[in-house]
Amino acid sequence: MKQLKVDAIKDGTVIDHIPAGKAMKVLNILKLKDSDVVMVGVNLASRKFAKKDLIKIENRELSGDEVDRIALIAPDANISIIRNFEVVKKSEVNIPEKLSAIIVCQNHKCITNTEPVTTCFYVEARNPIMVRCHYCEKSFGADEIKIAGIPVLAVN
Amino acid sequence: MKHLISIRDMTKKEILNFLNAAEKIEKSEMRPKFPDSIMSILFFEPSTRTRFSFETAMKKLSGKTITMSGSAGTSMEKGESFADTIKTISRYSNIMVIRSAIEGSVRYAAEIAGIPVINAGDGANQHPSQALLDLYSIKKTQAGIENKTIAIVGDLKYGRAVHSLVDAMSHFAPEFYFISPRHLRLPKKFRDELDRKKIKYNECAEIEEVIPALDIMYVTRIQRERFVDIEEYEKVKNSYVLKPEMLKNVKNNFKILHPLPRVNEIDCGVDVTPYAYYFDQAENGVYIRQAIISILLEGAQ
Repeated sequence: MKQLKVDAIKDGTVIDHIPAGKAMKVLNILKLKDSDVVMVGVNLASRKFAKKDLIKIENRELSGDEVDRIALIAPDANISIIRNFEVVKKSEVNIPEKLSAIIVCQNHKCITNTEPVTTCFYVEARNPIMVRCHYCEKSFGADEIKIAGIPVLAVN
Repeated sequence: MKHLISIRDMTKKEILNFLNAAEKIEKSEMRPKFPDSIMSILFFEPSTRTRFSFETAMKKLSGKTITMSGSAGTSMEKGESFADTIKTISRYSNIMVIRSAIEGSVRYAAEIAGIPVINAGDGANQHPSQALLDLYSIKKTQAGIENKTIAIVGDLKYGRAVHSLVDAMSHFAPEFYFISPRHLRLPKKFRDELDRKKIKYNECAEIEEVIPALDIMYVTRIQRERFVDIEEYEKVKNSYVLKPEMLKNVKNNFKILHPLPRVNEIDCGVDVTPYAYYFDQAENGVYIRQAIISILLEGAQ
């Protein structure tokens, strides 16, 4: 039997195929509670990529909003829902066409930074990612995207 | 269309609809009147011609205007939010024109105003009525608008009129010549977009070499404040001054456009040549703004 580097979980969520080194950034966007049990694997061997990161969270299923945020950091991630040690649902993350209240506009002259306006971005390209602000119309690439609630350049 | 916010929102058909309405208004084939309508003009940034042009347009449509210029002495100075100002003024008027330094503010205003909103310039972002009047001027002087060779000269990096014009003309298969100092060249995202749309463009440093090929030369001001190195400004400022002697080998249909105000980038001697069109272009702004106001007010009724 294959030896797991990160323990199996009974119930919860596994986020696999996170680009190597980005697990902590994915953790940043999950609204974890102090009591949540989380296992993190960094720089694990991968058949799909040379290396990958992986996160297992016990007793937790992700919201659609969280999955959208993860997609910005780990566009090739797989999300598996585990119940009683069995994978009951497996899905790939998908960057939606429109992201509401997820990205903070990095243009300081944008109305979303001067008035309490909910941000809205359109995904113009996926690989590499490029998003455009609904209001100021400025486009931002991966190294310029700031996700609401986590530090600048967290997507890098 | 409910509002005029950005050229990016507009289809080719919508653009042509505005140009055709402006032509009918100019030729008096269409005489729209809105005697019961009030236009609120909220200019948080200074402007002369755009504000006067909108006021003139509304008055020619028999409508009335209420104007706020700058935020000095207003409730915003007392700390009222932009949103509350918009929501209040929209209750006094049937259509609203806004200029603001805050990018995206006019789109936001359109979402909360409940009446048609026109963007008269939001920071370095968009100035769609300027782009429409530029297109109208090109169409009028060139007997058509498709497949024209257009040089855009000056500050291509920060000029919102330039960006809106490039976006708007992209519907009409142009060939562009972009002539600017190296660090004021058209931003990469615009060049990438032109590449995606397969629109031919050339970047050059000299005006004279391209003049004989042009239908239109669109000149913009190079602003001293855009330069970090004043020596660099002194070096380039005179390379982009259009003089009458440079206009010897032009095409018969060649015209010079400028969004104005002009400082010294077009020598006054050019004004008396048959190629100068910038003051006619400013007049066209009234027809196009009459068309914009009419179409939006009719849509709201």
